[in-house]
Amino acid sequence: MAATGDYALWAWLAPGVSFLLLSLVVPLRRSGRPAAWLSIVLSAGALAGAVLAWRATVPDMARRILWEWIPVEDGVLTSVGVLADADSTLMLILVALVSFLVQVYSLGYLADEPPPSLGRYYAYQSLFAFSMMGLVLAPNFVQLFICWELVGLCSYLLIGYWYQRPEAARAAVKAFWVTKAGDVGFLIGIVMLWSRTGTFDFSELFEMAQGGSDALTGLGLVMAFIYLGAAGKSAQFPFHIWLPDAMEGPTPVSALIHAATMVTAGVYMLFRASFLFEQTPEVLHAVGWIGAFTALFAATMACVQADIKRVLAYSTVSQLGYMMAAIGAGFASAGFLHLLTHGVFKALLFLGAGAIIHAVGSNDIFAMGGLARRMPQTFVVFLIGTLSLTGIPFFAGFFSKEEILGATWAGGLTMPFAMLVLAAFLTAFYMFRVVFIAFFGAPVAAAAGAPAHGAHGAHDAAHAHDAPATMTVVLWVLGLLALAIGIGFARSYPESEFVAPGWITPLAIGVAVGGIALATAVYPLRWISPERLARRLSVLGEAAHERFWLDDFFALVYRIGILGLSRIVGWIDRYIVDGILNVLSAWTLTAGDRLRRIQSGQAQDYIYGVALGVLLLMVWMRWPR
Amino acid sequence: MTLQAYLTLAAMLFCIGFFGVMTRRNTIGILLGIELMLNAVNINLVAFARYHGDVSGMVFTVFTICITVAEVALGLALVILIYRIRRTAVADHLDLLKG
Repeated sequence: MAATGDYALWAWLAPGVSFLLLSLVVPLRRSGRPAAWLSIVLSAGALAGAVLAWRATVPDMARRILWEWIPVEDGVLTSVGVLADADSTLMLILVALVSFLVQVYSLGYLADEPPPSLGRYYAYQSLFAFSMMGLVLAPNFVQLFICWELVGLCSYLLIGYWYQRPEAARAAVKAFWVTKAGDVGFLIGIVMLWSRTGTFDFSELFEMAQGGSDALTGLGLVMAFIYLGAAGKSAQFPFHIWLPDAMEGPTPVSALIHAATMVTAGVYMLFRASFLFEQTPEVLHAVGWIGAFTALFAATMACVQADIKRVLAYSTVSQLGYMMAAIGAGFASAGFLHLLTHGVFKALLFLGAGAIIHAVGSNDIFAMGGLARRMPQTFVVFLIGTLSLTGIPFFAGFFSKEEILGATWAGGLTMPFAMLVLAAFLTAFYMFRVVFIAFFGAPVAAAAGAPAHGAHGAHDAAHAHDAPATMTVVLWVLGLLALAIGIGFARSYPESEFVAPGWITPLAIGVAVGGIALATAVYPLRWISPERLARRLSVLGEAAHERFWLDDFFALVYRIGILGLSRIVGWIDRYIVDGILNVLSAWTLTAGDRLRRIQSGQAQDYIYGVALGVLLLMVWMRWPR
Repeated sequence: MTLQAYLTLAAMLFCIGFFGVMTRRNTIGILLGIELMLNAVNINLVAFARYHGDVSGMVFTVFTICITVAEVALGLALVILIYRIRRTAVADHLDLLKG
C-alpha cells in the first residue's frame, strides 16, 4: 500500500513548520512579504502532499499513523496522528487548495498593509491551515476537538485582524463566544461518549458500531451534545448569528474560514461520525429539520442585505443548512459532496466579492453598479460562482444540490424538503439580485455613503478595474475548477446511495430558473418594483432586515442573563467574600494595636514576665494530678 | 556539710541576685545581679559534682565561669556605649523596645 498516511502527514506538517518559523523568527515575520512567500511556498507543498495522499488512497482502506499521547495504566487514553482515507484526503485537498489560493490572493488584496501586520496575517493563515488539516486528519475525537478549538482561535484572530476597528473586535469576540457555547456541548458529548465506550478512536468506535455493541445503544443525549458543537461551528440556527458579523475580517479570510473550510468543520465532523449518528435516528431527524430551517431562514435574510459580503455570509449559512439536512436525512455523503463543491464555488464568490470591494472600496452593492463592463474578468468568474450556487446544470453546485434534495426526499423528510426547495428558489433570487445590482445599471449615489472597508477608500465604482494578477489568476483557477467539477459530474454521474424520484432534477432546475426569472423581473426589467415587493412583504422584509430580532434577543439574554449573573456574583464577591476577609483583617489590626501596649520597652518588665512564666511552669509541673 | 546546705546557699544567692536584677535602676547593678545568679548556679553544679563524685560538673563550672567573664565584659561594653550615646545608664530611660 502506498504511503497515503505519510503524504498526508507531510501535508499537515508543512503549514505547521511555516507557523513555527513565522512565530519564532520575529524579524522574518516583521519583514512582511518574505514571510508571505514562505507561507505560500509551504502551503503549496501542503497542497502537493494532499493531492499525492489522495491519489495514493485505496478504496475502503484507511491508513493510520498514530503516536501514543496520554498513557494511562491500562494502555493509552488517546493518541495523535493521521487517519488518511479517501474522504479525509479529499477534504484535505479542499483545505490545502483553498488555503493556498487564498494566501496567494491575499498578497494582492493586502498589498497596502504594513509589513509587520502582513507577517502576522500569514502566521495566522499558516496556523489555520495546520489546525484545519489536523482536524480533517484527526483519528480520534480528542485531536479533532483540539484542532477544532485551534481553528476557532484562528477564526477569532483573523476576524479581529483589523483590531483597531471596534466592529471587528466586537465581531471577533462574538464569533468566539457563540461558537464556544456550542463547543462546551461538544466537549461534554465527547466525554460522555468516552465514559460509555471507553475510547475516543474513530476506528474503534466504527468497529463497535459494526459489531452492534451494546455500549452504543441509547446514545441520544450524547449525540445531541456532540451535534451542539457542530451547530455552533457550522452556524446552524440559532447559533448562526456569529457568521454574518464575522465578515468584518479581511475578505480572503471570509473566503477561507467562513465559507470554504472552518464553518464546514461541523458538517465534516457529522459526516465523520455519521456511523454514530445512525444509531440515534431521533437526533438525525432534529439535525435535518434544523438544517432545512436554517437553510430557508438564512436565505430570507440574504434577500434583504445590502452588504455583498453579508449576502454571501447568509448564503453560506443557508448552504450549511443544506448539508446538515442531507446528513439528517441519513445520507451523509451527499452532504459531504456539497461541502466540497460549495467550498470551491463559495471561495470563488467571496474572492470575487473581495476583488470588487478592492476596486470599489465599499461593501455596499448599491454603491457598485455597472461593474460588468469595467471588471469583465471578475464579472465572468463571479457569474460562474453564482450559477454554481444557484444550481444550474454544468456548474459545480448543481449536482450536489440536487443530490441533497434527493437525499432529503428519500430520507422521508418531506417538510424539510419543501423548505429546501423554497430556499433554492430564494438562493437564485438573492444571488442574481446581487449580480444585477452590482454588475449592471448605475451605482446608486445615495447609498455611496456606506463605510469603506479596509484601507482602500479612495476608489469608486466609476473608476473600478480588474484586480492585479495575483488575484485574478486565483479567481480563474477557482472558476475553471467550478466549471470542471460541474462538467465532470455531468459526464460521469457517481451513483448515489439512495433512489431519488426522477422529477427532482427538473424541479431543482425549475426553482433555480424561477428564482433567476424573478430577480430579472425585479431588478433589470423593473416589471415588479422592488419597493412595492418590499412593501407587500413588509412584515417579513422588516423581520429579515432586523435578522428576525435574534441578535437582539441574544444581546438581551446576554445582558439580563450573563451580566445579571455577573453582577450578583460580583456583589457576593465584593460584600461577602471580601467582607469576611476585611473583617478578619480589621480584627487582627485592632488586636495588634491593643496588644502592643504590653510592650513597655523596660528590660525589667520582660524579666518579670519570664519569672512569672517559669513560676507558672513549675506550678503546672508539680500540680497534683 | 550536707548537700542541702550548699543548695540553700545557692538558692539564697540566686534570690538575692534576682532581687537585684528586678529592683536596681542602674544597669551596672542589674549586671551584678545577673552575676550573682550565675554564681548561684555554679555553686549548685559544684555541689552536685561533689555529691555524685562526678568531675564533669566541675568542668562545666569552669566553662560557665569563662563564658560569664566574656558576658560581663560584653555587657559592660554595651553599658558604656549606651552611656556615651544617651548620657544615662538608668534602665528606666532605656525603652527603645517600647511597642
